[in-house]
Amino acid sequence: MPLRRVIVTALVAFILLILAGFAWTWRPAIAPIATGERPNVDEQTFRHGAELAAIGNCNDCHVAQSGKAYAGGRSIPTPFGKIFSSNITPDAETGIGNWSEAAFQRAMHEGVDREGRQLYPAFPYDHFTKATSDDVQALYAFLINQPAVHNVIPANELAFPFNFRPIIAGWKILFLRETPLRQDDGKSAAWNRGRYLVEGLGHCGGCHTPRNLLGAEKKGSAYSGGAAEGWNAPPLNSNSIAAHKWTTDQLAEYLSTGWNQLHGAAAGPMADVTHNLAQAPTQDVRAMAVYIASLYAQSEGAKLATAPRQGKQVTDASLEVVATYSGACANCHNDRNDVGPSKGISLSLSSAVREPGSANVVRVILQGIPQSGVAGAYMPAFDSIFTDQQITSLAEYVRARYTNEPQWTDVRQEIAKGRQGGS
Amino acid sequence: MTIALHVNGDLHEIDADPSTPLLYVLRNELALHGPKFGCGLGQCGACMVHVDGRATFSCILPIAAIGERKITTLEGLLEDGKPNKLQQAFIDEQAAQCGYCISGMAMRAQALLHVNPHPTDDEIRKHMRPNLCRCGTHAAIMRAIKRAAAA
Repeated sequence: MPLRRVIVTALVAFILLILAGFAWTWRPAIAPIATGERPNVDEQTFRHGAELAAIGNCNDCHVAQSGKAYAGGRSIPTPFGKIFSSNITPDAETGIGNWSEAAFQRAMHEGVDREGRQLYPAFPYDHFTKATSDDVQALYAFLINQPAVHNVIPANELAFPFNFRPIIAGWKILFLRETPLRQDDGKSAAWNRGRYLVEGLGHCGGCHTPRNLLGAEKKGSAYSGGAAEGWNAPPLNSNSIAAHKWTTDQLAEYLSTGWNQLHGAAAGPMADVTHNLAQAPTQDVRAMAVYIASLYAQSEGAKLATAPRQGKQVTDASLEVVATYSGACANCHNDRNDVGPSKGISLSLSSAVREPGSANVVRVILQGIPQSGVAGAYMPAFDSIFTDQQITSLAEYVRARYTNEPQWTDVRQEIAKGRQGGS
Repeated sequence: MTIALHVNGDLHEIDADPSTPLLYVLRNELALHGPKFGCGLGQCGACMVHVDGRATFSCILPIAAIGERKITTLEGLLEDGKPNKLQQAFIDEQAAQCGYCISGMAMRAQALLHVNPHPTDDEIRKHMRPNLCRCGTHAAIMRAIKRAAAA
């Protein structure tokens, strides 16, 4: 065959493949509905929807700058640029007010909006596709009865070619599996329920599983630890570096109150997750704890050696950092067992201090933990109290004092990133 | 150990443990009783002072960590011995109930007005959030800050 014909054939085949891909993933618009066409919702369904929205942490990404619930417009940083969350209040013009339930079901399960446009997987439909139609229906009933907020969402700021939505179709062929979870009869009902919530609406893997170059979760490394808005999302499996192996009881308390005595407080994006889970049914949060504890269970126990609770002598520490630590930190983070009103724990227990990178320690020093945790965990923000040099010394001091791990080399870099308020 | 501190325009040589919180030194050594001890945990804001113009909890700032930075307390806001614009606005609006939080409130508000002389209500609320008032004089405090911004 002459070379020209080979090239032409290959080219034609390539174009056909792309067209087939588009055809395969192309979805038509679903007709808009008028306000009067919205379904009647009974109170029980509405309440169930509210609980599911809490488990799904919907109002974390979809909250508006003004704080208005579900109104969207929050900038979500991704490696490909900025994505602005959509308005999921029932405003007809800027929200989902003219979406039928069918359109909402399709968005949750297939990642396509009412008009048939591909949605970016920053909206974690790779997880939501596991949610049952009944649960999605309840969620729809809840959202469509929220106060409508008129909030125009800014255009995404994505680099070419990621700003070209049809390429998401290719992403879906590679990474979206719409198969529902199958009941595992060998496991308890709580475990199965927990897996359903964690893998589905809870979308825990969205942060706690590492992502590949195309932004998809690496299935082979599920729950090995990922990232969220500049924070490390620690591993939820045998890679865990927690000083104590997480148990179901500890997880249940941590998830619903944002704090546990042997692990400390949820901070950063996880603090928002726990505020939401505080609104979820106790037995659902417990089921999630059962499932997550089973992921940890494969570990042998503490992955890293634990430093003594009172810390080690740091021989090369400056007088200034020792005084700063003792005056600013040790009042709450004492090394005894008593926990004060701020719920500070000994830093020998802190996962953040044990992590390979300093991202979480730096961010929690800069931003603190705002005062809204159910358990009352609180830490003041030190961003305006300490200089970069002082924060560097403090972070390195707690690392040396409370772990047996090598000193961090990324503290200054993380401070710079953290001060920009971004990831 | 002796530590030099710049407070309200004066240089003081303080002889104290370097881990001592600034608040204790201000109140006990320098007799500046504007800043109050509330929680001692950086949680309530009664101890708020300015460090290089920024609102800072003085109860969790050890004197070893201050260095050359300039400290201003409520007393340092006076102009020619008289209340400044913001302090006068707090008086005019009768923003104090028990008064315990007011020094911290005024210091926090002043730090905002330094960088944003005409804040919106939302900006004021957001900025003032870390400071607590148990009497519930928030509305009067809001009015006082707006009065000072308008003056």
